[in-house]
Amino acid sequence: MAMLTVKDLNVFYGSIHAVKGVSFEVEEGEIVTLIGANGAGKSTTLNTVAGLLKPRTGTIEFEGESLVGVPAHKMVTKGIALCPEGRRIFQDLTVHENLDMGAFTRTDDEAAEMREVVYERFPRLKERRTQRAGTLSGGEQQMLAMGRALMSKPKVMMLDEPSMGLAPILVQEIFDIIKVFNEMGTTVLLVEQNARMALSVADRAYVLETGRVVKTGTGAELLDDDDVKRAYLGG
Amino acid sequence: MSFLIALINGISLGSVYAIIALGYTMVYGIAKMLNFAHGDVIMVGGYICFIAMNSLGLPPLVGILLSVVGCTCLGILVERAAYKPLREAPSLAVLITAIGVSYFLQNSALLIWGADPKAFPSVANFPSLKLLNGQLTINAVTIVTVLTATVVMVGLTFFTQRTKMGKAMRACSEDKGAAQLMGINVDTTISMVFAIGSGLAAIAGVLLCSAYPTLMPTTGSMPGIKAFTAAVFGGIGSIPGAMLGGILLGVIEIMAKTYISTQLSDAIVFGVLIVVLLIRPAGLLGKEIREKV
Repeated sequence: MAMLTVKDLNVFYGSIHAVKGVSFEVEEGEIVTLIGANGAGKSTTLNTVAGLLKPRTGTIEFEGESLVGVPAHKMVTKGIALCPEGRRIFQDLTVHENLDMGAFTRTDDEAAEMREVVYERFPRLKERRTQRAGTLSGGEQQMLAMGRALMSKPKVMMLDEPSMGLAPILVQEIFDIIKVFNEMGTTVLLVEQNARMALSVADRAYVLETGRVVKTGTGAELLDDDDVKRAYLGG
Repeated sequence: MSFLIALINGISLGSVYAIIALGYTMVYGIAKMLNFAHGDVIMVGGYICFIAMNSLGLPPLVGILLSVVGCTCLGILVERAAYKPLREAPSLAVLITAIGVSYFLQNSALLIWGADPKAFPSVANFPSLKLLNGQLTINAVTIVTVLTATVVMVGLTFFTQRTKMGKAMRACSEDKGAAQLMGINVDTTISMVFAIGSGLAAIAGVLLCSAYPTLMPTTGSMPGIKAFTAAVFGGIGSIPGAMLGGILLGVIEIMAKTYISTQLSDAIVFGVLIVVLLIRPAGLLGKEIREKV
């Protein structure tokens, strides 16, 4: 059985039907990506899994346990972390404090241990540990957001548009980091508009269009798919 | 010498404003609401201490403790009953509710304790400090007030900067959604802030009534408004801002009373606020909030 199973998910914003019967699965150890245009319902799907939004109907199961109705602040203790769209780091807190918040549900010892892991992976964050997070560059803020999500030692890390607004060289770095996180044993569920990069790191992918899953396959298959090429890879 | 005396009295009054303003500013920071009932919690704190000392004959320290415990519970209760159901409501609805809670507390006090002013016994029962060959007298209440305010400010700064819950509180103030993703229970954190703010209001109430010993159901209104002004003056949402704003406001008020006019002192205080806000709309230590488009 899959680690995370989402079945027939329907989510509304008021009267707007944003996610229409989306189903997907994530196996332990995989990198799975949801790709699609703006407004396809990718972020809505992630936010619903994270408990920030409530689905109208549908089921979300994680390790055989239903997640529907579980409040967002309980997700971390279940082993699910979301690195949200737009990074949403705590600007007024220092880099160090941001990381500590990521390990809020962990003991101080566990937090210290994970902080070393994060600082080793992101030496730039270590250099700037006492700096206010709001003073970091965009790329550094994204790394902080990812490091912060890693601090809770999640089983599944969900990343929402991690490459958004970053220079191409940084985009490559971000995707390298995602692969490293995965090799460290973290299952990854990735939402991206940068379909080419996302498909190149993903084991499997789902294509969303106006709230529906229209295609699924391995990353390599979809990179080669004519429809996907035309719609998302620029020809 | 009269300047020094005015300055000391100003700092003392300002310390009380600062303690109240801290409650205003912390609640605003996390719940993004102006808790206009905050001033009336001061009054409730005063009555609890009065009853403990006068009717039950308990020592002042026990009275203060009961007052803090009572107001902390009251703060949590008010938040749960009146504000929590309005978490997603427009801010105007919350503001009107806060004013409603304020009237509710005042009138409940009127019902329970009556309209007659009570003569509040001072909690500081030791002789005044005489300095400079007796030219400068600092009374016990002033000393206790300034010391208490210092302890409160240092303690609160330590709490917000160094402890896990304090950091979580700052994280919630900045982004509740992101804070939830960290595993922080936002509802609990908001309750905690109301509890701290109300506990501080109780301390302020006891200090205020010791310095100005008439206690009645409307005792909290004016200091509440002044402290709110102090919080805005220093930059609402900013903890150091509330401390600075409170003390400055107290000093300006007493200086105006001493050197200009007793009747006009409040007008001068609010006049200064208007000038400061014209020059620095976010307050002295407030951050300018840039609207995202």
